[in-house]
Amino acid sequence: MKKELKVPRIKDGTVIDHITAGSAVKVLHILGIPKGTSSVVSVAMNVKSKFGKKDIVKVENRELDTHEVDKIALIAPKATINFIRDYEVAKKYKVKLPDEIVGIVTCSNPTCISNAKEPVKSRFKVITKDPLRIKCYYCEREPEDIADRII
Amino acid sequence: MNFKGKDIISIKDFSRIEINYILDYAKEMLPYAKGERYKNILGGKVLSSLFFEPSTRTRLSFESAMNRLGGRVIGFSDPSGTSQKKGESLADTIRMADSYSDAIVIRHPQEGAARLAAEFADTPVINAGDGAGQHPTQCLLDLFTIFTEKKKIKEKNVVLLGDLKYGRTVHSLAYALSLYGAELTFVSPESLKMPNEVINECKELGVEPTYTHSLEKAIKDADVLYVTRIQKERFPDAEEYNRVVGTYKIDNNLLKNGKEDLIVMHPLPRVTEIDPEVDATPHAVYFKQAFNGVPVRMALLSLVIGGRL
Repeated sequence: MKKELKVPRIKDGTVIDHITAGSAVKVLHILGIPKGTSSVVSVAMNVKSKFGKKDIVKVENRELDTHEVDKIALIAPKATINFIRDYEVAKKYKVKLPDEIVGIVTCSNPTCISNAKEPVKSRFKVITKDPLRIKCYYCEREPEDIADRII
Repeated sequence: MNFKGKDIISIKDFSRIEINYILDYAKEMLPYAKGERYKNILGGKVLSSLFFEPSTRTRLSFESAMNRLGGRVIGFSDPSGTSQKKGESLADTIRMADSYSDAIVIRHPQEGAARLAAEFADTPVINAGDGAGQHPTQCLLDLFTIFTEKKKIKEKNVVLLGDLKYGRTVHSLAYALSLYGAELTFVSPESLKMPNEVINECKELGVEPTYTHSLEKAIKDADVLYVTRIQKERFPDAEEYNRVVGTYKIDNNLLKNGKEDLIVMHPLPRVTEIDPEVDATPHAVYFKQAFNGVPVRMALLSLVIGGRL
């Protein structure tokens, strides 16, 4: 049987593959897409793959900044980034969680100063990547419900 | 070792070598803290003392420390008289204090406030307690007191008692005592147990704390009994507070079961957890401990502002 693509191939742009199933919308939210871009964005959710189900995001005519994309490792640690040029994969790499996460996750401590009306962004140090443990730079607490705390 | 310009936010920002250096210098400060000697090493320098929450010992000992070294203090002990009341951000208040002084001491009800202050100030910021977070200068004076009374900390059995959940002093202290290889015993009501993060930090430093509800059992082998107040202001509801307040009480009858040279410490203020009859016994070191805030804070101010004995 001929293998059929759920989302058509793109000529140029970025494909984020192997996103944890059900997380694609949050991935877009973290990346600030579609805000600030006029590119065509396609999303496929719960796509069957060798390792179970996954989500896929395709952004046409735009190569996302790798540093920015690394942030999605918070909720999609197995995601891969593919830069597509003229239908070919020009570059491919796995997301890597940065050592510091700024302005993406809110602190779970309601009395943390980062939750007050102050001119600062939330800031977390990554303690361990697997299992994921992060610590608030300000109050030093470790939120457990990280995925639910994404801004 | 150069501390000039350094912020003092959390005890975890310091290595054991750095802590030893501060404590050694605090020892040198003792005759100056008592007023037996005087040296004008911070003459012409100004300290901003910003207390957004009530304090007796911390604020007064910082002010005493600055004055004893020849410096001056500006600031407030009640934020209701400041522009915070008009909705000014902490960041802007800090920017102002930064431009008026050579160092800032801050106490604030929100965790992380001192870390934020340090971001907006060029001058050194000293954390004098941020909510249920850190209180590094209390921790340093606690270590100084144990060293003074017991000569060493390694393998000493230290019992931390009371509100181990909300009490900021015990969190920093458990970490620092682990750094020195003390044996730790935690005694608290079930609802006020030491948070797992703190226990994990102790374990990462090679210390396996023991936990019990029974103070009678814990006191037998204790070298240091560190008592804390059940803090009403940290409780989310009054019902929970009323359930646990008064669970433990230190009196002479209880201390009979302890070692002869057991010392009883308390960051103060105490309410009912230590009976005043204990004050007259050699076990009671909590007032000496409170005094030790002066030499330790003199050492810190001298180091971060610049100017040595």
